[in-house]
This record gives sequence, structure tokens and C-alpha cells, in this order.
Amino acid sequence: MKTLRQALVITRKDLRAELRTKETLNAAVSFSISVLLLFSFALDPTPDQTMEIGGGVLWMIFLFAGTLVFNRSFARELPNDCLDALIASPASSAAIFLGKCFAGFSMMLIVEVLSLPVFGLFFGGRIMDHPFHLIITLLLSTWSVTIMGTTFSALTVNLRLRELMLPVLVYPMLLPAMLAAFKLLTTLVGGQPIGDEDMQWLRVLFGFNLIFTSLALALADSILVN
Amino acid sequence: MTPAVNIEGVWKYYGDFPALRNINLKAAPGDCIALLGRNGAGKTTLLRIAAGLSRPARGTVAINGGIGWLGHGIGVYEELSAYENLVVFGQLHGVADPKKTAHAWLERTSLDRVADALVREFSRGMRQRLAVARAFLHSPQVVLFDEPFTSLDDRAIALLQSLFGEAIAQGRTVIMSTHQLREAMELATHVALIQRGAMVHFGPRTSEMLADPGYLYRTFGEA
Repeated sequence: MKTLRQALVITRKDLRAELRTKETLNAAVSFSISVLLLFSFALDPTPDQTMEIGGGVLWMIFLFAGTLVFNRSFARELPNDCLDALIASPASSAAIFLGKCFAGFSMMLIVEVLSLPVFGLFFGGRIMDHPFHLIITLLLSTWSVTIMGTTFSALTVNLRLRELMLPVLVYPMLLPAMLAAFKLLTTLVGGQPIGDEDMQWLRVLFGFNLIFTSLALALADSILVN
Repeated sequence: MTPAVNIEGVWKYYGDFPALRNINLKAAPGDCIALLGRNGAGKTTLLRIAAGLSRPARGTVAINGGIGWLGHGIGVYEELSAYENLVVFGQLHGVADPKKTAHAWLERTSLDRVADALVREFSRGMRQRLAVARAFLHSPQVVLFDEPFTSLDDRAIALLQSLFGEAIAQGRTVIMSTHQLREAMELATHVALIQRGAMVHFGPRTSEMLADPGYLYRTFGEA
């Protein structure tokens, strides 16, 4: 409970700072919407094409927007050496890490919620036909990006080229989760519910999240303390 | 008596370069240790290891109680107000009433009039005072400050000296690295001199050191 309480203090602090500056959200939301528009104009998809590629396009955009969000996750702590003050506090490394995850997760969800209507408008598709399935898919796949994005944000925070390194490191690691998210979103964009044959992809996302969340929390101290 | 700080056989390497070589240091409650040495001697590395921000290659560090840390960075957030910063750190440190404590420290550091202003609008001196409040607000048993007097104005130096004096009188332990020998000698109960990663002197602060701060370097240091 103490870890969770400390994590929520860090989450609230990050979200308050972000809502004040909007530097990450403005960039991620405008990037997401711009790329959706660009894809729409470039591909001009028919309804059939939307069913085939819509899920992939949507998730790729969320993933790229996520890079913008998670690049800032630990970089936010660099001015004034705030990360040192956090580590020197009684907050455990796991609490600091979880706090960062929750903040990044919330920002990603904001980007997704604002982008979905734009996707519906320009691509059509029937992604809202099964809202509960969509919510489950987005929550699980967004957490996959969150856990990898936050882990590598912490690992690369002191690198000069961290903005370049983050996607290079995160995307290959996310392959299983990305594949599952593509498959599930493609089903949902086609107006179909997640049936028995798609359950394996939900299990992939669940297993991926379980394994990497456990690993990240176990290694948080090694990652944060040099 | 259990030492407040017990550093035993600590080594630290940056690549092949030994930044710290077999450092041993014990501090009892109520001790104030001035950590002295030239630039690059290893003072900051030692303090960072003591604060848990860096791991030693060898050796152990035991701290008995909570830590108040102030390093080269002030450790407060630019996008938050002074009050919000102190509440965040009060909550993380498990202070009983973070809001009340934040107000009390803002008053103590004469920042109460700008409590709701964002830190990015603060002058350097105001930031330093807020950083001091952030480091002290949870009444830490061990205070670790890295060059705390650097670029402080006379009012901030007086505040810091009074806070250090109070902490020592209350039986808390202060370890500070500094180049300001006169200020350090006035407060210190013990003096540690580090040269090229090794501790060449550790002992009580003597009247000779107080009268002539350069005495320490001339007696124990390299030419």
C-alpha cells in the first residue's frame, strides 16, 4: 500500500506538471491527429481496405505518439536533478517507476481517446461497435507500451541521444505485444467482437504485461541507481 | 551507540579510475562532519553513495534514519509552485501533515509570500532556500549536503547555518562537502579530508583549524 501511495504521489505530480505545460500532450495529440490525416489522404482507403489496415495504422500511430510521451517520462526529472531527490526519499524505486508508468499510461489514454473520433471520421470502420472489447484491448496494449516505454526511458535518461535511442530499443522489444494489438484492433475495426480465435492475442498481451511489469519492478532499483 | 552513518571500506571506480579508495567513516548522532578536498577528490561521489544514489564497487554503507539530501541540483520541480513541491516531498517522506508542514517551512525560509508562484519564476537564492526547506521538511536524522554554501547570499547562509546548528543540537547528523572552509569550520565537530579518492585525515575539528582554515590542507594535505 505504501508503494502504491507513493506511486500515486508521483503520478499526480507528473500529471499536474504536464497539465500546466501541456508540452507532451500537445505534441503527442497533434502528432497523432496529423499522421491520421496524412494516412487518410495518402491511402484514401475504401471500407474494405479500412477493415484490413485500419487496426495496424491506428496502433502504429499510438505507438509513435507513445514514444513522444515516454521520451519525457524520466527526462522530466533531469532539470535540477529531481531524480536524485526522489531516489533519496523513502519512495522505493518500484514506487517511482510505477508512478511514472501511471502518469505515462494516463497521457497515452488521453491521446487515444482524442484520436479515435478522428480515426472514425476519416477512416470510417466500425471500431465503436464493441466498446467493451475496444476498451480492454486499448488498456492492455497501452500498458504494454507503457511498461516498455517507461523502462527504456529510465535506462536512457542519462544518454545524450535518448530521444533517438528510445524507439530503437522499445519497438523490437514490443513486437509480440504489437502483433497482438494489430490483430485485435483489426478485428474491432472490422466491426467484429473479440471471439474465441482472438482470445490467444488477448492472452499474449496479458502475459506480456505480466512478465514485463514483474521484471521492470524487480529491476527498478538496478535501473534507477547507478 | 549505533552510529548514524557507518561507511566501511568503500571503493568506487569510474571505468578503471578509482574515484574512492577504501573510505571508512563513522558519524554519531549530533556529529557534523565537514568533508573537505580539492575539486575531483571524491567528495560528491562519497556523498552520493551515502545517499543511496550510487552503488559502491566494494564496501558497505549503513545509514540509521531518514536522509535529507541536497546535491548540486536543487531537486525541486520548475512547473510546480513552491508549496506544491514541498507537499509532494512531504507526502513521499510520510510527513504527518504535509500541507501544514509545507506552510511552516515556507514561512521559515521566507518564501510564504511566493508560496503559490511557480519555481521557474524564482531567483537563484529563492530556489536555494526552497531546496533547503525540501531537504529539511521531514526532520531527517542524517543530513547530506553537497557544497551547500555555494552561491548563497548572506541571508541564505545564515538560515542554513541556523538549521545545521538546530539539527546538530537535536542529535541529528550532518555531513557536508564544501570549499567554504570558514563556514564549515564554525559548524563542524569533525573534519574529513579527501585527496584523490583516499581519506587522508579524519578527526575532531581542532581550535587550530577554526583559527586558520588553511591549517588542515597545510598539515595533512599535499603541497
